[in-house]
Amino acid sequence: MKQLILAILLSFVHLTASANATYPLDSAKQEAQFHHLLHDLRCLVCQNQDLADSNAGLAKDLRNEIYNLVKEGKSDKEIIDYATERYGDFILFKPPVKTITYLLWFGPGLFLVLGLFIFWRSCLIRKGQIDE
Amino acid sequence: MKVLALRLMPLFLFIILIGFFWYSLSLDPKKLPSAKLGKPLPNFVLPVLGNPNLKLSQNDLNGKISILNVWASWCSSCVDEQIFLLHLARIGVTIYGLNYKDNQDDAINWLSSWGNPYKLIGSDLDGKVAIDLGVYGAPETFLIDKFGTIRFRYAGVLTSKIWQQEFMPRINEMEHNL
Repeated sequence: MKQLILAILLSFVHLTASANATYPLDSAKQEAQFHHLLHDLRCLVCQNQDLADSNAGLAKDLRNEIYNLVKEGKSDKEIIDYATERYGDFILFKPPVKTITYLLWFGPGLFLVLGLFIFWRSCLIRKGQIDE
Repeated sequence: MKVLALRLMPLFLFIILIGFFWYSLSLDPKKLPSAKLGKPLPNFVLPVLGNPNLKLSQNDLNGKISILNVWASWCSSCVDEQIFLLHLARIGVTIYGLNYKDNQDDAINWLSSWGNPYKLIGSDLDGKVAIDLGVYGAPETFLIDKFGTIRFRYAGVLTSKIWQQEFMPRINEMEHNL
């Protein structure tokens, strides 16, 4: 049993090692940047997968592009700009805060406040009626 | 009256919400808006298919309204629009091709069996120009004005109906404004 678990664990080690062999990077920092970018960016073909998971041809090409950009030492912002310039905000799993996404980002808070306000008002009115 | 309106507020909000959901049901999530509309074509220099010594660049698309069609011989639905593209070429529409990540021989064979509506075809072997154009699948068709600006992008098989609905009004408008 122990050997089996060890074998499974080792297979994971092998997998990550081979991933690094495809995209060798100079520093752990760049590696971390590369991986978090791949998880933040959407595969346009299979839309609910990120670039790290997808096997689509376009995802592979984009992975290569992002790898090269990371290797050149580009910042997160520069690389995300590169992606959205071509594919729009849809490529980002997390929509940016913009005028058209204000409702999306702040809507829940707004509705919470509104709900609390209505709750408070209706409770107060009831209480008022009972007091009378 | 005011109290009644206030009481009916949740119902109205609910109806608005249902309206949004109902509308969203008819949206196709596979149809993505292009981020390149109104932007100039990206810079590229590509070898011409069948004649790699010649080059196709973004400057070749200047000076005249044209369409840029992204296709490949491995793309099965590209066959479906080929008859319509040939028709467009016959009626005088300038069509440039972007051969997307294709084998050169396959592409040339494909053209000889399905017909060649293209004025010139650039071979995008590694798909880099396609990424610069924001292409996410073949076939895709771009409408380019005479200044080399991308005016419209259609992703999917081009048909006569789409041409009439989406392309013609824009072309007419561009010609009118000249």
